Parts: sequence; C-alpha cells; structure tokens
Amino acid sequence: MIAAHLPALQIAVPLIAAPICLLLRRENLSWAWATFISWVVFALAWVMLEKTLTGGAFNYELGGWEAPYGIEYRVDALNAFILLIVAAIGAVVMPYARASVAREIPEHKRGLFYTAYLLCLTGLLGITITGDAFNVFVFLEISSLSSYALIALGRDPKALTAAFQYLIMGTIGATFILIGIGLMYQMTGTLNMADLAKRLPAVEDTRPVLAAFAFFIVGVCLKLALFPLHLWLPNAYAYAPSVVTAFLAATATKVSIYVLYRFVFTIFGQSFSFDVIPLESILLVLSLAGIFAASIVAIFQTNVKRLLAYSSVAQIGYIMLGVALVSVAGLTASILHIFNHAIMKGALFLCMGAVYYQIGSVKIEDMNGIGKKMPFTMFAFVIAGLGLIGVPLTVGFISKWYLITAVLEKGWWPVAVLILLSSLLAVIYIWRVVEAAYFKAGDSDDVVVKEAPVSMLIPIYVLTGASVYFGIETSLPLGTAAEAAKQLMGIGG
Amino acid sequence: MTISSLPPGLILVFGALLLPVAGSLIRPLLVLALPLLTIWQVWHMPDGSSAALVIMGHDIIAVRVDALSRLFAIIFSLMAFAGGLFALNQKRTLELVAAFTYAGSAVGVAFAGDLITLFVFWEIMALGSTIVLLSADTPQASKAAMRYFVVHMFGGALMLTGIFLFVFDTGGVAFSAMKPDTAATALILAGVLVNAAAPPFSSWLGDAYPEASWSGTVFLSAFTTKAAVYVLIRGFPGTEILIFVGVFMIFYGITMALLENDMRRILAYSIVNQVGFMVTGIGIGTEMALNGAAAHAFAHIIYKALLLMSAGSVLYMTGKRKCTDLGGLFQSMPLTTLCGTIGALAISAFPWTSGFVSKSMINQAAANEHLALLWFCLMAASAGVFLHAGIKFPWFVFFQKDSGLRPKDPPWNMRLAMILFSAFCIGIGVWPEYLYALLPYAVDYEPYTDAHVLNAMQLLLFAGLAFFIMLPMMKRTLTISLDTDWFYRRLAPAIINRLATVIGNADQAIRQRFMGALNGVVNYVWQHHGPEGSMARTWTTGNMVLLVTIFLCVYLVFSFI
Repeated sequence: MIAAHLPALQIAVPLIAAPICLLLRRENLSWAWATFISWVVFALAWVMLEKTLTGGAFNYELGGWEAPYGIEYRVDALNAFILLIVAAIGAVVMPYARASVAREIPEHKRGLFYTAYLLCLTGLLGITITGDAFNVFVFLEISSLSSYALIALGRDPKALTAAFQYLIMGTIGATFILIGIGLMYQMTGTLNMADLAKRLPAVEDTRPVLAAFAFFIVGVCLKLALFPLHLWLPNAYAYAPSVVTAFLAATATKVSIYVLYRFVFTIFGQSFSFDVIPLESILLVLSLAGIFAASIVAIFQTNVKRLLAYSSVAQIGYIMLGVALVSVAGLTASILHIFNHAIMKGALFLCMGAVYYQIGSVKIEDMNGIGKKMPFTMFAFVIAGLGLIGVPLTVGFISKWYLITAVLEKGWWPVAVLILLSSLLAVIYIWRVVEAAYFKAGDSDDVVVKEAPVSMLIPIYVLTGASVYFGIETSLPLGTAAEAAKQLMGIGG
Repeated sequence: MTISSLPPGLILVFGALLLPVAGSLIRPLLVLALPLLTIWQVWHMPDGSSAALVIMGHDIIAVRVDALSRLFAIIFSLMAFAGGLFALNQKRTLELVAAFTYAGSAVGVAFAGDLITLFVFWEIMALGSTIVLLSADTPQASKAAMRYFVVHMFGGALMLTGIFLFVFDTGGVAFSAMKPDTAATALILAGVLVNAAAPPFSSWLGDAYPEASWSGTVFLSAFTTKAAVYVLIRGFPGTEILIFVGVFMIFYGITMALLENDMRRILAYSIVNQVGFMVTGIGIGTEMALNGAAAHAFAHIIYKALLLMSAGSVLYMTGKRKCTDLGGLFQSMPLTTLCGTIGALAISAFPWTSGFVSKSMINQAAANEHLALLWFCLMAASAGVFLHAGIKFPWFVFFQKDSGLRPKDPPWNMRLAMILFSAFCIGIGVWPEYLYALLPYAVDYEPYTDAHVLNAMQLLLFAGLAFFIMLPMMKRTLTISLDTDWFYRRLAPAIINRLATVIGNADQAIRQRFMGALNGVVNYVWQHHGPEGSMARTWTTGNMVLLVTIFLCVYLVFSFI
C-alpha cells in the first residue's frame, strides 16, 4: 500500500513536515524533527532508486488524475539518482547543523531556519521527481524562495545583499524558464513532459517554440550558474551560513543541471536541441572558459568559502562539458561528476563550517597553523581537496577519467589536454589552504583553538570517506549514471 | 585478497603514520623495525602476480613479483632502514613520516603491475619527497620545494595523459615493456624522464636536494631517480634515444659538479651523472646492459647515500656546507673521513668497491655491441666522475687546507649507518656474486680480469694525477660564490670579452623581454582574475541583469537565423 505511494511520500513528507517544524517552537525539537525527516526522505529515495534499478522507470498519478490532465510524477534511473544525492546530502548535513546553526544563527531564528531548510529540500526533490513542466516551475520557486531566506540568515551583513542579488537573478532565471514553458503550452496545449515530447516535433519550426527554447536555456543556465551567468553564486555561497552553503553547493545547482538534461534531451529532444542553435559549441566554449576563468579567480581568493564557490563554478564547467559532448559517454561522465562533486564539495564546505565554528573566520590568513589545532578537520579537507584535484583513489579521479575518455572518444585532443591542465589550477588553490594550515605558524598561541565537536566531525568524515570509497568501488554511481545516460540519449532502457 | 597481494610498501606507508603518535622510546624501534619488516616481507614473496581488485573494469595488479622488482624493493627498503638509522636524532618527526611514506611508495612502484597502481605510488612519492624538503623549514627549502613540486606535478600530468591515451588505445592498463612510438607511450616516457632528471629537466635535482635537512637529502638521493630507472628498465628497455639522453646527463652532471662549491650540491649533480650511466645502459638494452643498469642502481643508492651521510654528518656537526668554508676535518672526524672516502672510491668505480662491479658491466655491454664512440664517452666520463665526486668532494671537505674547524665524529647512530653502508660498498665489491644472483638476467660477466682492473687503475691514476696538477685551477673556482658570474670571470678571457659582452647584452635583452612578457601575463591575469579584477569583483545587480539580457538576445538571434 505505502510502497505504491512512494513518489508522493517523497514530496509530501518534507512538505507537511515544514509547517509542523514551525509549530514546534523549540530549537532542539525543530532540529531533531528536521533531522528525522531528512533521514526518512533519504530512506524513501534509496528505496525508489533500488526500485528503478531493478524494475525500470515508473509513473505515479497524483490524486488519481489521468496523465496529460493531472500531475504525474515519473521516476527513472536519472532522477532517482539525483533524488538520492539531494536526500543523502540533506541527511548528512542535518546532524552537523545543530552545532553550526547554534553558533551562526540568532536563537529566535533557528526554528525558522529548519523550516526553511525543509521547504528548500521539498522544492529540490519536487523539481527532480515531477513529470510536469509547470510543476517544475512551482517547485523551483519553493526551493528558490526558501534558499534566499536561508542565505540571508548569514552572519555577515554582506549576506543580505548577496541574498538580494541571488533573489533578483534567480527570479529572472525562473521567469525565463516560465516564459519558455508558457510558450510551449501555447503551442502544444499540454504541460506533461512525456506529452510535450510527443507533440513538440509537429510544431518545432515555429517561432514560439524556438523562442521558448532560447528563454529556457538562458534561464536554466542562470540557475545552474554556467559561466558567465554565475555572478550571483560566489557571494551567495561565501556569506550564507555554513550549513546552507554545504547543502546548496552540493544540491541546488545540480538539480538545475538535471532540469537542463530533462528539457534538452527528453522534452525538446536531442536532434532539435543541438540543431536549432549551435548548443554544442556554445556549451563547450562556455564550460571551458568557466573552468579556467573561475579556477584562476579561485587561486587569488582570500576567503576560502568564496574560493570554493569559484571552484564550484569551475566544476560546473566540467559537468556541462560532458553535456556538450552529446554522447552516452559524455553524459555518463557528466552525471557521475554531479554525484562526485556533491560529495567532495559538501565535505569541503563542511570542513570550512567547522573552522568557522572554532575561529569565527574562513580567511586564509586567519587559518595559519590550523592544521595542528584542528588536525581531523584539516585532514578531511586535504583528502577532499585531493579529490577536487582528481588524484587517483578519490572520486575526482573517476570523474576525470570518464570525462577524458569521453572527450577522446570524440577525438577532441586539445580539450583533453586543457582538462588535465586545469586540474593543475586546482592543485594551486587547494595548496594555498594547505600551506597556510600546515606550513605557516599561527600568530597567537594564547587563543586556544580546539578540534570541532564530534557531531560536526562525523558528517565531515562520512562525506570524506564516501569520496574515497566511491573512488575505488564505483559500481553504484557508475552503473546508475551509465543507465541514466543511455535513457537520455534514447538508447535502450 | 590475501596478505601476499597487499603491496609490501604499505608497511612503510602506514607504519609511518604511527611515528607521530609513538612515544620517544618506541619511535626509534619503529623506525628500525618497519624497514626490516618490509625487507623480510619482500624477501619471502613468491614470484608471480595476482589481480587484487578491479577498478573501472581494469585489473589492478598491486603486486607483481619477479627478480627485477624484488631487487629494487630490497634496495629501497634497505635504504629506508639505513636512512632511518642515520636520521634517528632528527627532531622533526614530520620529515621521517614523509620519508617513510616516500620510501614505501617507491617500494610500491617497484611492485606495480599496472599503470594505475604505478601512477598512484608515483604521485605519493612526489608528495612525500616534497614534504621531506619542506621539513628543512628554511625559506630556501620551501621555495625549492615549491619549484620541485611544480616540476613533478608537470611530470605526473604528462604521465597521466599518457596513461589515459594508453588505455584508450589498447584498452588495458598492464605495465610491461613498450615502445615510445605512439603518443601514449611517448608521454609516459616523458613523464618518467622528468623524474629521472633527464634534459631539459635536469636542473630540479641540483636545485632541490641540497636544500633539504642534513638527513633529508640522504633519503631524497635514493628514491625518485632510481624509481624512474626501474620504470625505464621495465617499460622502455632498448629505446635508442635513451643512450643520447643518458650521455647528456653524464656530462651535464660532471660539468655542473666541477663548477659547484656547495658539497651536497656537488653530490646532487653527481646523481644526475650516475643516473645517466644507468639510462645509457637501458638505452643499449642488451641483457648485460640491463643487468648493469639494475646493478648500478643498487650500488649507486648505497654509495650515494653513504657520501651524503658523510656530508650530512659534516653539516650536522659544523653547520657549514660550502667547500671553501671546510677542509682539514680528517683530524677530528676520522671515521666520517674514512666512510666518505670509501663512498668516493665506490662512486669512482675503484676495484674492490661496489661501483666497479656494476658500472663496468655497462661499459662492457657498450663494448660488446661495438658502440665504440659510446664506449669512449663512458670511459672519459668515468675519469670525470673520479674528478668531481671521487676526489673533489673528499679532498676539499676533509683534507686540503686546514679550516680550523675541529668537530667531532657524529653520534653513534649516524656512525653506525655510515659503517653499515661502507661495509656494503666493499662487500659487494669483493663478493659481487651475491648481487649478481639478484639481477633480472643470468650474469655471464667476470669483473676481476686483469684487463678490467688494469684499465680501471690506469684511468683512475691518471685522472687523479690530472686533478692535482690542475689543483690551482680547481681552487680558483672556489674563491667565488658560484653563480652565472663564473661564466664571465673564468670562461671569457680578454680576447672573447667583447664578444661575450655583445652576447651577454643580447641575452639580457631577450631575458628582459621574456620576463617582461611573463610579468605582463601575470599582471593581465591579476587584473582580471585578482580579487579586484572584473572576474572576481562583485558586480552590481543591474550589470548582471544586463549581461543576462545580452545572453538572451544572442541565443534568440542564434535561434532565428
């Protein structure tokens, strides 16, 4: 009975939990409730992924309304995998949140914080699971509005302006997506994704559909922070509370990338998407430019969270590069890197949260000699950082391996060389942090800085451990990503 | 997965992590026990290989045992033992941790049966050695470490690109003999040669090694270049270009060492020279030549470590490292002098030392292949080795003028380490059959024939004579601190002075132009990517929106044309 309603529960549970969280009014209760819900959501996502991997994709009609008229949820290997990533990051981050939130957010806002977090989680999951184009926009707004609020809770006054800029840019992005969806509705009379995919080819040469595609692409690239539309991202990540940064960096842009996959490959179809405009070349150039520009900027940053944010922009470049290849291998690498990057970046931002918890700053110059004072946190940072560089036995290496193999399959040698060169830039920016932490003496030894509390270290090590574990045992992410890529390209599945 | 399929190098790598937590009583025991345990494990592993695990559909063969890998694993772990013994009174535990990780991953390289395992250990070596350098904790050392790290990361990137292409071409990752005739194998070869200090990357070695601490240099001298030699023997035997590379390295090492004043830098350049002999042997590629290269690597690690231990002892006791500040130490450091001299004789391939029984194999291999020109080069180079490492180092450090310094011999553990390796140098020289039994191919070579010994003695005596006749010239190089000014003070007599000035000016202009361009690039990058640059600045919301609008227009235009 319950098993049949899994897709609905995936969304309904956090959605209903959010207002309840608000009513609890006690900080510890709210936290415990949000953590419990996160774990339930994670378990649901896990079960659904198992189900799709063994039994294939399945649909769920909300309220029993038949598909093109009612709202339909559709779960296949791709979005079950993304759901799992989002839910897993939520489940790992929440135990960590208690200590970190208590340090960074004023007491009377903490209940609101957990409520906003649950809403954001609902939104992200909803975007991923739904099979209805307009529903995507609705959940996009839920997740965006709650994330603006979450970012604005940051301690630094700059968090407000960062959130405001993100609000404007995010709204523009969402509006563009809405305009795209509206134009498609106008031409086809349907909002169901499967139905759209069937009806669009008949009208694909009309101007509204062409315009719809352009609006959609710009809007979604803005949301997923593809260079040079990434400008909202660095400040938003740098000044948000640590927990929020770790959660959003690992999930929010990834979900937007999922939306791009879904619309470009499933709805518009690969032949339309890459014929109407030279999307391949545009994505290739922008992602390479993003990888280099953002990595170089990261090298010069003094705020480590901002440094990691720029590194995220560069990593999004790798993910989009996989899309630009328009091949099963390229998409596999792309999807795989979504998973791998979520793990590594989550771990790195959590480490910075622990540092902020102890010294109240994440500036490089304030982190001199911190390797001795917080050995466990910084060791995790080094391991996750090695992953970002792409050292073997970490997930970063697996991503790089598949991306380069996919690039070589196309015969794009110079691109492969550029990818390898760009990982040297990651060496430099990670090294700057390591150098300060381990090879520079701290200024004042009278300030006693201790290791972060265990409740923060365990989540850090879960993600760090995962970044090594999945660097060796690749069958789960790789198998799922390959399956999802095949489905997107319309081969098998 | 059984114990025997775990790389024995991991004993050192993981054991090293115990060192910081061990108390000051247990730590020395661990330092000595870990390498011994590794040697024991290596010695008892049966030949053969097995796939330990499968990553991304490729068999990862972490342990492949045969005579060649066993030979290198034994010398690497033996080196870790002697180095550890020598470094017992090093106060910075970090250096020992890094050195053992470095040594353990070198053992891992020796057993790697596939390219992925090889690359993993290769990179850990780069990391470990960089930290050994950094542990010297001087500003020069940290700068040198940065340069060292960049060079090795570059080499690693070349190698990794090669491995990617190799897998793409062949679909396998097995590490076996290959020919550098595809882009993949050529890149792997290039990556390995960077670590072997081949041209044009010969300079990192002389730049970095002398900046390490008194004990750090001993470790550094042993692993990186010899691991590269191992990979070349295994992967690229008989590759002709290696002969030229090797000969260049031989003469590069001699020239730079003769010009040098820092005692440990002399020895560092002589590593390039000695590795050149090995690389040449690999280029010849016959069984005897490969045997010679492997045997020479084995012998070289021991006597070079011995030389650097004696230099390290001098540095430890006096704090001085320049030949011009030293001299006459034999009076108060008799044991160090004796051991340093034994090392110097061994590196010069004096009969009844280890260098003689290994290097003469390479020479003989060249002769057997009728490579006359090469043979003459090797002979001339042998004389050159005796000049710079065999006489120059001990003469200026231990004898020569009296510098007035009266340091004692170093502490017992350092003495013991030197005695141990001196014994090895002579033992291998007198009873070479034990080393020969370990070599990858059956040995059909007798080092102690009348002709060989006579030949060596003549060469060494005349080179020795030449050194003392030219002593005034050698000395004059000492009066100046070595840098580029040596070239215009010594090499440019009055006649070519003007020419030199012209060339110098042109050179300066070119360099300035180049540096200017480089600065320009850096400035440009800084302007746009630095904290205040357009790439990194926080844009106003209006400008962001404008950018988005422009983008939308571009997409729309693309759509409608």
